[in-house]
Amino acid sequence: MLQNGAETYRVEDTITRLAQNYGMKAAQVFVTPTAIILSLFEKGRTMDYTKIVRIVDRSTDLHVVVLVNDLSRKVASESLSLDTARKELKKIEKTPEAYPAWVQTLAAILVSGCFALMFKGSWRDFMPAMIAGGAGYVVFLVIKRYISVRFFAELLAAFVIGLVAKLAITSGMGNQLDKIIIGAVMPLVPGVLITNAVRDLMAGHLVSGISLGAEAMLTAFAIGTGIAFVIVTL
Amino acid sequence: MHIFEAIWTSFIASAGFGILFNVPRKAVIPGGICGMIGWLIFEGMSGNNQFDLVLATALASFVVAAISHLYARIYRMPVIIFSVSGIIPLVPGGGAYDTMRQLVENDYNEAIQLGSQTFLISGAIAFGLVLAGTILPIILRSTRTVK
Repeated sequence: MLQNGAETYRVEDTITRLAQNYGMKAAQVFVTPTAIILSLFEKGRTMDYTKIVRIVDRSTDLHVVVLVNDLSRKVASESLSLDTARKELKKIEKTPEAYPAWVQTLAAILVSGCFALMFKGSWRDFMPAMIAGGAGYVVFLVIKRYISVRFFAELLAAFVIGLVAKLAITSGMGNQLDKIIIGAVMPLVPGVLITNAVRDLMAGHLVSGISLGAEAMLTAFAIGTGIAFVIVTL
Repeated sequence: MHIFEAIWTSFIASAGFGILFNVPRKAVIPGGICGMIGWLIFEGMSGNNQFDLVLATALASFVVAAISHLYARIYRMPVIIFSVSGIIPLVPGGGAYDTMRQLVENDYNEAIQLGSQTFLISGAIAFGLVLAGTILPIILRSTRTVK
């Protein structure tokens, strides 16, 4: 769940709720973006269980968040047995992403064009922004699949966007370089990360708020570097 | 900006972002509507420089969060599903880009000015979200007890 962009408090909440439903006396959970620590206290036992779960990979798949959220509610209201709950979880883990890659790319293309217009670009910037945004997103998806170096996909995608935008200007297709780049870069911007970071900070989850904020900063920096490279060198 | 243009661009942009974040199918259109309303408020307030950008952003994100809460109740899904695509048009992508660009061109004064404005705007988004998140449940609870 945490891997897919849920808020920290939601994860803590779900775990506590699940633990209570399965007859634990008390549960203490500490959630950060890189690890979950929980200990469970069972009635009539002097020892308690403690477990640390390390979280390595993070991305945004809100569909999964909804599914797990529903499952935990179902456990509470219909008292599912542990086995069925586990089976359901496994099933959720295996569900493919809600949208295939081409739909996502199409969405990225539309988003880029619309944002170029929204940031007061002219209609001549609409097409170049769509092309640059689409190309950037394809590069992003492909590189993310094959190279696991963090922030590298964002950097290269931003570089491609800058390149396409520059080409559009020199060939006379586009009007304003800035508007095209802003529009095309938007699909890469870490929007969920930023909001979750500030929300966690305000809710008192200081550790996860700051680390999410740092991750968002680094992503933004990678995008900025990719674009800057094009602007400065060409 | 023409109002009709503002409506459809912001709707498509927000709904498209919903798809990028793998939001469930049912939630794509509501997310788009959230984003559209937020953007209209923002544009209406800041368009002719009537109000400060930060104020406009805070109000718009408050409304977006309020609508997201409503949708979350209707569809029985977490609020974040709707609010994430709703606030996307408000995220100061342009400001962040301009800041970066000034930095690259060694114009640090301009960069700091733009950067602090960008930071304030993202703070305003979070402020609006959190305010709606704390106030709305209180209002809903109090109306229920009055009944």
